[in-house]
Amino acid sequence: MKLAFQLAYKNLIGAGLKTWLNVAILAFTFLLIIFYNGFIDGWNRQALVEAEKWEYGEGQLLNENYDPRDPFTIKDGYGKLPSEEAQHMTPILLRQGSIYPDGRMFPIMIKGIEINQDVLAFPADKLVNSDESIPILIGKRLAKSTNLEVGDQVLMRWRDKNGTFDAANVTVVEVFKSDVASIDAGQIYMSLDKLYEITGLQDVATMYIGGEGYVSHDVEGWVAKDKEELSSGLTAIINTKKASGSILYILLLAIALLAIFDTQVLSIFRRQKEIGTYISLGMTRIQVVKLFTVEGGMYSLLAAIVAIIVGVPLFWYVSKVGISMPSASQSTGVTIADVIHPYFSLSLIVTTLILVIASATIVSYMPSRKIAKMDPVNALKGKIQ
Amino acid sequence: MKNILFLLFSLLVTSVFAQDATDIMQKVDANMASEARIVESKMTIHGRRNSRTVESRSYTEGNKNSMTEYLAPDRDKGTKMLKIEDRLWIYSPDTDRTVQLSGHMLRQSVMGSDLSYEDMMEDRELLDIYDAEIVGEEEIDGRNYWVIQLDAKVEDVNYVKRKTWIDQERYIPIKEEMYAKSGQLLKSTTLSNVKKIDGRWFPTKTIYKDELKNGSGTEFKIVNIKFNEKIPDYIFTKAVLKK
Repeated sequence: MKLAFQLAYKNLIGAGLKTWLNVAILAFTFLLIIFYNGFIDGWNRQALVEAEKWEYGEGQLLNENYDPRDPFTIKDGYGKLPSEEAQHMTPILLRQGSIYPDGRMFPIMIKGIEINQDVLAFPADKLVNSDESIPILIGKRLAKSTNLEVGDQVLMRWRDKNGTFDAANVTVVEVFKSDVASIDAGQIYMSLDKLYEITGLQDVATMYIGGEGYVSHDVEGWVAKDKEELSSGLTAIINTKKASGSILYILLLAIALLAIFDTQVLSIFRRQKEIGTYISLGMTRIQVVKLFTVEGGMYSLLAAIVAIIVGVPLFWYVSKVGISMPSASQSTGVTIADVIHPYFSLSLIVTTLILVIASATIVSYMPSRKIAKMDPVNALKGKIQ
Repeated sequence: MKNILFLLFSLLVTSVFAQDATDIMQKVDANMASEARIVESKMTIHGRRNSRTVESRSYTEGNKNSMTEYLAPDRDKGTKMLKIEDRLWIYSPDTDRTVQLSGHMLRQSVMGSDLSYEDMMEDRELLDIYDAEIVGEEEIDGRNYWVIQLDAKVEDVNYVKRKTWIDQERYIPIKEEMYAKSGQLLKSTTLSNVKKIDGRWFPTKTIYKDELKNGSGTEFKIVNIKFNEKIPDYIFTKAVLKK
């Protein structure tokens, strides 16, 4: 085997440019697979951390009459959670309303949050320290679409618990920046007590968000959702992205493997005398097949070395600095950070390495099988078989 | 003694005015309402940049049931809206689907106008849900009007307060304002082009305005109206939507 590696190495280096072209395209494929998957994994990790910080907490309890996918259920989908169950949790009450910046109507969701909660990352302290009659927090996306800034007043219309219209000016006391689009666009946040006051409701919530120490469990009248369930939508998007991205690198890998296959076929055709000589010198056919297979497989090893030389500093830099995402991607409704830091896990690198080496070895072996059927005398003479 | 007499007089005056306001509203209701009516109308929606007109034919039975079929423009033609008591369905010919509207969907505007579906859903008599009181008299364009304030006497109303201007001779409203609990004016309705139709005075032009939004509001013109025509029962069934 050692001999096979030595011979294979000498043959490859001896082939010069042809070898390095194959190695280059394989190394590029190798880097691309790792980069793309690292980018998606980085996005996923950041999105989950952000979603946990701003939306999921350690899990949620939703009122059984409230369905997040059915806006009809917001009106009556609230209730009171027994205090012993509400430990380590913070309530959120949802109501529907409209705001009228510059005389244009924007339907919005009004969310009442506890001003002293520390489960979610909202800057609730800004609501405490405000002298305005109805202070509100809005996200950067709503601020952009409505042209509202800190200090601006805007007329808001809502209904009280009996369905009667009410309207008053609310004041933006903070525009928060979050990567989680689903808690920003079309939503305003105010003190839960203030929301109780203006709607006439008392001590009720649409959902409770679990903080540190909360363990997801069912409560009568409420639907428990753990982090895994809450993030299933995002995970599905990420998996779809991974699958669609794999088409690109599968194509690239196919081209690289085709080049190796082609090189192998040509080698076996042109090096018949060499094959005949090996057999005449006492090598078995299987040993010659092995030699050629190792030679083909060694492209992938060389490619891995090149990829490591190029990739380690490149990926280190990229994961450190991150990749800026275009601002348009922030308004797609999917959680995407401004800057994504790719995450290159050891398992990703090892899996990719195995994939590339195994596939290169297989395509090298396929044409080499022909050697086993060669007549050594004709091979020595260099006759086409 | 003087104070007691004054108090009694005040109470008497108040009750007489309250009684008057109720009588006036009942007369207005008798004039405006009908057992059945068929209305052909044009609704002009004034947008920020342009205006568009939607033509429709409506069949109404009391204040419980109604069916509206849109006749023009082409993009709205064939759209139908059916209200049976507290339920509302919309049929769209483009999708060939009937959708029942409820919850927040009722807050959406009708064909992009200043009217929302929920404005059309209130089918209780005004005097059943509001206390009426005359709060003043005004002269507008040479005609005298009572200004009547309606204050909600039940909790589940859209508007806690309304103000309406009633023609003292014809018993028709020419203006109405709807207020939020905070006192903020939310919507207004202005009625004009009063004509005598089938022996009753009736305004044939109405401008609906969402006072919180910019714009000129929505203009609703009655082209033809027939009172107390016999409307076939099938008109107020879901089957009519796809016909």
